[in-house]
Amino acid sequence: MKIHEYQAKHFFDTYGIPTAEGVVCKNVNECVDAYHKLGGGTVVIKAQVLTGGRGKAGGVKLAKSANEAAERAASILGMDIKGYAVDRVMVAKGVEIESEYYISFVIDRNSKSTVLIMSREGGMDIEEVAAASPEKIFKIAIDPHTGVPDFLAREAAWSLFSSSNIVKQAVPLIQNMYRLFTDKDASLVEINPLVITAQGELVAIDGKMNFDDNALFRQPEVEALFEPTDEERKEQDAKSKGFSYVHLGGKIGCMVNGAGLAMATMDMIKLYGGEPANFLDIGGSSNPVKVIEAMKLLLADPQVNVVLINIFGGITRCDDVAKGLIEAFKSIDTNIPVVIRLTGTNEKEGREMLLGTAFHSAQSMGEAIRAAVDLSNRE
Amino acid sequence: MSILIDKNSRVAVQGITGRDGGFHASKMLAYQTRIVGGTSPGKGGSFTSDKIPVFNTVKDVVINEGADTSIIFVPAPFVKDAIMEAADAGIKLIVCITEGVPTLDVVYAYRYASVRGASLIGPNCPGLISPSKSLVGIMPGNIFKEGSTGVISRSGTLTYEVVYNLTSNGIGQSTAVGVGGDPVVGLYYIELLKMFQNDPETESIVLIGEIGGDAEEQAAKFIKESITKPVVAFIAGSSAPADKRMGHAGAIISSGTGTAKEKKAAFEAAGVPVANEPSQIPSLLSL
Repeated sequence: MKIHEYQAKHFFDTYGIPTAEGVVCKNVNECVDAYHKLGGGTVVIKAQVLTGGRGKAGGVKLAKSANEAAERAASILGMDIKGYAVDRVMVAKGVEIESEYYISFVIDRNSKSTVLIMSREGGMDIEEVAAASPEKIFKIAIDPHTGVPDFLAREAAWSLFSSSNIVKQAVPLIQNMYRLFTDKDASLVEINPLVITAQGELVAIDGKMNFDDNALFRQPEVEALFEPTDEERKEQDAKSKGFSYVHLGGKIGCMVNGAGLAMATMDMIKLYGGEPANFLDIGGSSNPVKVIEAMKLLLADPQVNVVLINIFGGITRCDDVAKGLIEAFKSIDTNIPVVIRLTGTNEKEGREMLLGTAFHSAQSMGEAIRAAVDLSNRE
Repeated sequence: MSILIDKNSRVAVQGITGRDGGFHASKMLAYQTRIVGGTSPGKGGSFTSDKIPVFNTVKDVVINEGADTSIIFVPAPFVKDAIMEAADAGIKLIVCITEGVPTLDVVYAYRYASVRGASLIGPNCPGLISPSKSLVGIMPGNIFKEGSTGVISRSGTLTYEVVYNLTSNGIGQSTAVGVGGDPVVGLYYIELLKMFQNDPETESIVLIGEIGGDAEEQAAKFIKESITKPVVAFIAGSSAPADKRMGHAGAIISSGTGTAKEKKAAFEAAGVPVANEPSQIPSLLSL
């Protein structure tokens, strides 16, 4: 789950991580008020959207007067950045930057731990830095049972900074970032850039936090910040009904039991010359209610002209699935052809139940997908 | 020989009185797995309908029944504790089926288990099976056939699809391991490839990967350097869009990395043929 910069900043503030003062504004007037409230001078007007690349898109601008602030705000509010409409900006106090750094905590699959990542290449795309000059990136894997003791925070700070004054500020900053990471079940806490100001202060002038979806059940404060797009809302709704759904845009609606099998099904549809409309993992149940809900979701997509159901019954029995499908289709009204592939436990019984129904039955995955693609391309 | 589990594995089922725990304990028992006991705090002293003794703690199952392997069916919020309990009790192989476990919990519990010499498989996995010897998981035993191909997979039903194709073509399996669909899991490709390489009963290996992370790329490198037995791969998710979690928590292409294309290229560069679809795997193995 993602949150806005200003929300990350709020977490930083509560965890003692120094940030530049900032105010969230929804219109030009609020921006001008904020400008004055921050004491005038130089401010940065930053689009608040749940995507990166704001700067490149022109969503981050300096302003040196109230008029400029108004003008910048007007140009940024209402902007579209990578499909996200800007309805909020943060007006942040300008800071005299002497040098910029990168620092983050992130889950690292390889070390199976949280790692601290630091670089002197602040204010840049860290992935580009990692690709072009990996030696400029320092990584420390954190033992979850130990956390970040003082000596480790100092070691990390001295690898990045050369002044005692800065190291003294960096140590608690690093420790507080880690505490925030673990307290909130984050998957990323990133400051890019972390700057040393002309006054010798360490300040986070940008902040990003991503959270572990699996942990939201125990992070109500974080979950309350969830701001889904329409698609994400549909995906979330599906999740609450017990299945995983991702819209893709093609014509062949899919319903599969198992995420890996569902991905392989989509892949094979494309391989055979068709276009999958969606990814849908219905999980391990043959429950008719779930099937009805999933079918409703598929059929709500106007582009779908064929439905492909691919079930490998392991513990789930194929005759149960067939029963569920027949039951489900009693309350679904559609002319769209449905191809069903049932393999596994009680497959013969399951397929027998489908004889004489309008379902196109197939034995192998290849057969089913070929049939679905042919039907779809014919329409 | 198979790897990790065989007829001698003594298995404890953590969460045996829950719906999933109870159901799959019966199935494993029917497969002739040596289920020596189960746990359910407060229900110690009772027996399941299959006459499996229920204990209050994992330590009890270890002390009373000599359990050395455990399978976890407890709900996600309690998995970290369950893994630690098993490791502390002396269980050497902990198989976690549960999906939805917070990643930091896995990070913590994995380290705890490691330090105590216990191996973790999963979470969010279907478990593992050494056909004709032992099933510690939820895999449907009847599609497997004893043989000499090792299977390593991040998936559940896709593994069954692949195994179904293998078995139908007379290609049996030594051990099939589902490592799980989460971003952080226990035993993964490299450790398992090593085990299969050292297993006299395994002659070839099938690796089923998917988008997200770079474990496949690392496996490819390792195969080139250290694996002499033939390996065939299949990668799911070539049609997946970027930045979307495709069911599995770990199946996500982020910041442009973790794509199926890159993984296929890495395997091909390591001399590992990559099937275009699961049904192609048997013919690639025969090459």
